[in-house]
Amino acid sequence: MALLEVRDLTVVFERKGEQPFTAVDHVSFEVEPGQTVGLVGESGCGKSVTSLAIMGLLPKRGARVSGTVGYEGTNLLSLSDREMRDRRGRDLGMVFQDPLSSLNPVVPIGVQVTEVLERHRDMSRKKAMVEAADLLDKVGIPDPTRRLSEYPHQLSGGMRQRALIAIALACRPRLLIADEPTTALDVTIQAQILALLKELVRDMGTALVMITHDLGVVAGLCDEVNVLYAGRVVEKAERHELFAAPRHPYTHGLLSSIPRLDAPRGQKLSPIKGSVADNIPWDHGCAFAPRCPNALDVCVQVTPAQEDIGGGRLLRCHNPVRPPVVEEVSA
Amino acid sequence: MNPQSGVRPESGATPGPAAPESTVDELMSVQGIKVHFPIKRGLLLDRTVGHVYAVDGVDLGVRRGETYGLVGESGCGKSTLGRAILRLTEPTAGRVVFDGTDLSTLKGESLRTMRRRMQMVFQDPMSSLDPRQSVESILVEGLRAHDLDKGKESTGKRLRELLTAVGLASTSLRKYPHEFSGGQRQRIGIARALTVEPDLIIADEPVSALDVSVQAQVVNLLEELQDQFGLTYLVIAHDLAVVRHISDRVGVMYLGGLVEEASSDDLYAEPLHPYTRALLSAIPVPDPLVEDRRERILLKGDLPSPANPPTGCRFHTRCPWKQETKCSTERPELREVLPGHRVACHWAEDIRAGRIRPHEVEAVLVEEDGISPDIPLVGPASVTEALNP
Repeated sequence: MALLEVRDLTVVFERKGEQPFTAVDHVSFEVEPGQTVGLVGESGCGKSVTSLAIMGLLPKRGARVSGTVGYEGTNLLSLSDREMRDRRGRDLGMVFQDPLSSLNPVVPIGVQVTEVLERHRDMSRKKAMVEAADLLDKVGIPDPTRRLSEYPHQLSGGMRQRALIAIALACRPRLLIADEPTTALDVTIQAQILALLKELVRDMGTALVMITHDLGVVAGLCDEVNVLYAGRVVEKAERHELFAAPRHPYTHGLLSSIPRLDAPRGQKLSPIKGSVADNIPWDHGCAFAPRCPNALDVCVQVTPAQEDIGGGRLLRCHNPVRPPVVEEVSA
Repeated sequence: MNPQSGVRPESGATPGPAAPESTVDELMSVQGIKVHFPIKRGLLLDRTVGHVYAVDGVDLGVRRGETYGLVGESGCGKSTLGRAILRLTEPTAGRVVFDGTDLSTLKGESLRTMRRRMQMVFQDPMSSLDPRQSVESILVEGLRAHDLDKGKESTGKRLRELLTAVGLASTSLRKYPHEFSGGQRQRIGIARALTVEPDLIIADEPVSALDVSVQAQVVNLLEELQDQFGLTYLVIAHDLAVVRHISDRVGVMYLGGLVEEASSDDLYAEPLHPYTRALLSAIPVPDPLVEDRRERILLKGDLPSPANPPTGCRFHTRCPWKQETKCSTERPELREVLPGHRVACHWAEDIRAGRIRPHEVEAVLVEEDGISPDIPLVGPASVTEALNP
């Protein structure tokens, strides 16, 4: 059984005097222990709202969350605030994008790490400090004992992100949600953090939900990828299959619009035309249709349903990209 | 530029050290440029307690009609260098020669006139466009400043041409920046740079604030405009994949200095500096087959503070190829190791030939504060003490 089972998760933001806005629309996915599932998309596609909804961190007022978030059979959405507090940090860990705004600037790093240990594992401050130093060491922070007494501003960006990961890992959660954990970092530091996350999944069997806009990160890290567009999953596939044969025109467009380090130079990039501002609402057809090179008349009239196209792949498209003809390679 | 004594293998194709780059048509060249920012402490007495060595001696040349990419991670000084070239930040030392004229000798009116030929495109199109100015007013401003506004009709025609060139509707003239999407705003920023018909455009992270699908649009636009108007670009960016795509030649910066420079193809095919190698290996490639096979050179630790840079080679504290001699004592000069391929590493040839193997590096603590502990902080402890000595 999957550790995390998200079914038809829908988040609608409501504001007085305005049209309700559906940020996340019937998103479903599962994560097994030791598996990494990616949620990919550009800004505004609902990937971060999905993670906040799973963690129960959306404001009670204004955000209407429906669907189910099953964690080992319990629907997290039905839990009370108090019960949810007991789980956050213990069963579910979360790493946010911007380490400077998610760490408390006036509390030393050590206290922020031990806080979790004291709350969830009933440790004494003294014991927790020893454990905290151990954690910082594990995530690759040099001289951890000294770092414990320092404040977030005294650490570099990469160190802060590590500290944040250390806090998320303090209670050895079985599920870790990482929301753009490396976006604010330089590539060499990003490589360090990604290596650390990979190690965690491999050695501790942590289930990882990786939220990112970077297809390169996805290619190296995720087992399964969900591509989100305007709040809906438009394509879901195992990573090798997704990159070898993207079927949704959006996925295809994304992949052909990024320059690759290993591709021959001198080729023009083929961008996706327009921007998310051109989207049409999902109930009138496919949100991506105005930007889609494959769009047909039906695309602006009928909402495409999510179909199982075999091999564990899901696709939401009336006129998908044809899979490339695979040439037989004689071994 | 820096004649090196000693044997240089595989550099036979290059001319003698006396006349290295005079034969190529350089539009702009930077010679030994340095930008040091003072670190001030104290309330009343502005004592300088150290310097941030943002750019610390860079030589480079940009040829007419080419795109020169400048890459490096945050804090390496690439943006400061870009600003120093335009003298938006006054360089501490060194010269910038633009089309035969030394910019540092120019002042007032002559500098202003010269600036028409060098324009800048900024990273964040929202904060670099005045929200209260219409697009027309944004575009006309440059024309007026340089006396190119030759009457309503011709200016109007010119603006419409420009908008078409950057792919915006001519109805955009009466709109305001907030009415556009990020990609469109960046197009306005580019159009603004083009109004005064510049020769050189310095683009500082022109696409990094944009979504992936929109990035490609702007990258293609920059390439088209270059062909159309015969522009020369200096593109500053941290995304090596984008830089490789757009540039003819690439310079890699680390901690205020240029560590490697080569044609885009050479640099990516055979990076010679250990830092470039690590940087290239760290970039994720959107292809699982490649990702599964690649070997990463994981650098330990963080970028040292530019206020307190390491001695010798700036990279030696994190370098997996660091040797016992030279690295921590002598600062390597940028020298031509292969034709057209300059590297600032004492051991470039040995590393290339595989005579030196990489080894483990211990991560060192990096002080965020960065002020050298050698400088004693003496002076008044408080305002009262300063007032009543």
